[in-house]
Amino acid sequence: MAEKVLLKGNEAIAEAAILSGCRYFFGYPITPQTEISAYMAKRMPKIGGVFLQAESEISACNMVYGAAAAGARVMTSSSSPGISLKAEAISYIAGADLPAVVVNIVRAGPGLGGIQPAQSDYHQATKGLGHGDYKMIVLAPSSVQEIINLTAEAFDLADFYRMPVMIIGDGMLGQMMEPVTFELPEGRKLPEKTWATNGTGMKRPHNVVNSLYIQPNDLERIVLERNKKYQQIQETEAKAETYCMEDAEYMITAYGSTARIAKNAVDELREQGIKAGLIRPITLWPFPEETYKQYVGQVKAILSVEMSLGQMVDDVKLAVESKVPVHFYGRCGGNIPYPNEIIQKMKEIAGGIA
Amino acid sequence: MKQVFKKPAALCDVPLHYCPGCTHGIVHRLVAEVIDELGIEGKTIGVAPVGCSVFAYDYFNCDMVEAAHGRAPAVATGIKRTNLDNIVFTYQGDGDLAAIGTAETVHAAARGENITIIFINNAIYGMTGGQMAPTTLPGQVTQTSPYGRNTETQGFPIRVSEMLATLDGPAYIERVAVDCVKNINMAKRAIKKAFTCQVEKKGFSLVEVVSTCPTNWGLSPEEAMNWLRENMLPYYPLGVYCDKTSK
Ligand SMILES: Cc1ncc(C[n+]2csc(CCOP(=O)(O)OP(=O)(O)O)c2C)c(N)n1
Ligand code: SF4
Repeated sequence: MAEKVLLKGNEAIAEAAILSGCRYFFGYPITPQTEISAYMAKRMPKIGGVFLQAESEISACNMVYGAAAAGARVMTSSSSPGISLKAEAISYIAGADLPAVVVNIVRAGPGLGGIQPAQSDYHQATKGLGHGDYKMIVLAPSSVQEIINLTAEAFDLADFYRMPVMIIGDGMLGQMMEPVTFELPEGRKLPEKTWATNGTGMKRPHNVVNSLYIQPNDLERIVLERNKKYQQIQETEAKAETYCMEDAEYMITAYGSTARIAKNAVDELREQGIKAGLIRPITLWPFPEETYKQYVGQVKAILSVEMSLGQMVDDVKLAVESKVPVHFYGRCGGNIPYPNEIIQKMKEIAGGIA
Repeated sequence: MKQVFKKPAALCDVPLHYCPGCTHGIVHRLVAEVIDELGIEGKTIGVAPVGCSVFAYDYFNCDMVEAAHGRAPAVATGIKRTNLDNIVFTYQGDGDLAAIGTAETVHAAARGENITIIFINNAIYGMTGGQMAPTTLPGQVTQTSPYGRNTETQGFPIRVSEMLATLDGPAYIERVAVDCVKNINMAKRAIKKAFTCQVEKKGFSLVEVVSTCPTNWGLSPEEAMNWLRENMLPYYPLGVYCDKTSK
């Protein structure tokens, strides 16, 4: 059995990326993800990799675009205000069908906001943060061990589908220390990067990495083709964890570190005689709609708990087609919802229905 | 029969979309000739900008990447860092390089990034129809300086070569022009030196090419060449601004 080590969430992302073959990291400092850059700065030069602190998140992410175009496994990380600046390059990465991994350790916004944990970038991540019709796979780990597994998966998904993949966490998860093992899941069989711009070697016609199609019909064809890929991903890659849902009458739903708090609330509610259960989306895009649909006839109400004013709750409503009442409880500004607050809210809902 | 003139191999056999008399075509040819002469096509990756030369990815026979507006030096950095033996160049206009992409340009230079930048200074935004550029001369009329560039409200042009030469990072910076045969030959020599500098891993190189945009200057190609000589060259003196290649 692999050895257990004690690691912070942010460091786990960095080490898992390296173990997944990522040798190029371009970043710009911002709290609360700085440990990722610091770890990369220490490790990359020792293993023949590249750590480069760019002049801005705009540059860092455009460097990612360049390295991805050359066929490399490449990553960048930031937190909310920095992710807004990466939006430009992420749109280009999607438009040029390049694989890349972007980490967002979310902090409270808007504007400079605060440096405490938040989940208020859900819409930004899942509805497309840059311009144009495109999608990004968004993975939401809720433990340090899951960070490791999903980081490895993120690189594979990016290469497999040739698209940007985001790992979304928050300051709580990034700073949390947990014992982990580095037994990476078995990877996918990946297509060769025959499209990469790494020099023709005078052996093949030149490759072009580009997102410009000046003729509307050409661009429409490309966007529609890409959309087929998105549909396939929606059908095959959506993932969620269910907890105590077999006989649940009330569903709590939450992702990331909030889901761990919600789990405690589920246990406590059950002790108090309320049959609660939890659905925790692991992929925020594609959203695991089918998992929710299964419980439409079963649960009396759903409570979405988030560190935001209520963003994922919209997708929950869409998933159950509003056939079940969907409620919301959230904290924002960098505050964390406490189990007793969730329990209180759930009891109000249950009481109202009973 | 002896062939005395042909298209460089590094240029694709396609018609260029540039306006008649535009100097972009001349500079493309010079870059391609240099790639041929150094025998580096197979390991060269070019980065096209946003601007009139956006379609450069269809014109050069080497691998090509299209960058977002102004970001070519960052994109080139990403490409270069994955394989230091590859030759990476960007081809950028003045809006791209000296306005929206100033940070990317300055920091690639400051890092001494071993890439080559071909910088087309035509004192105007060509592609979007002739707006004021950071290099537009004082008093010059453009779509967005219709009364002439007013330095009190619109500031002064940026002399990119001089500015970058103040940094310790760059290895080679030269300003050239393509208004006459003599200067075109000088330009070719400078571009070859810049690429050679990269091949020899000596660091960041940039060649600023003082160019024309007859269409948006509202002049014939010939008048445009005269305007370049009379107005641009006094403001943008030709010459070598930094050369550490012999070190
Ligand atoms: C982010 C962004 N802003 C603005 C534009 C519009 N735009 C396209 S080309 C261009 C100016 C290019 O001028 P220059 O770099 O001088 O090159 P030239 O066309 O003169 O060769 C602008 C502003 C864009 N494509 N992207
Ligand atoms: S608009 Fe100006 S820079 Fe652009 S192709 Fe025409 S002449 Fe050349």
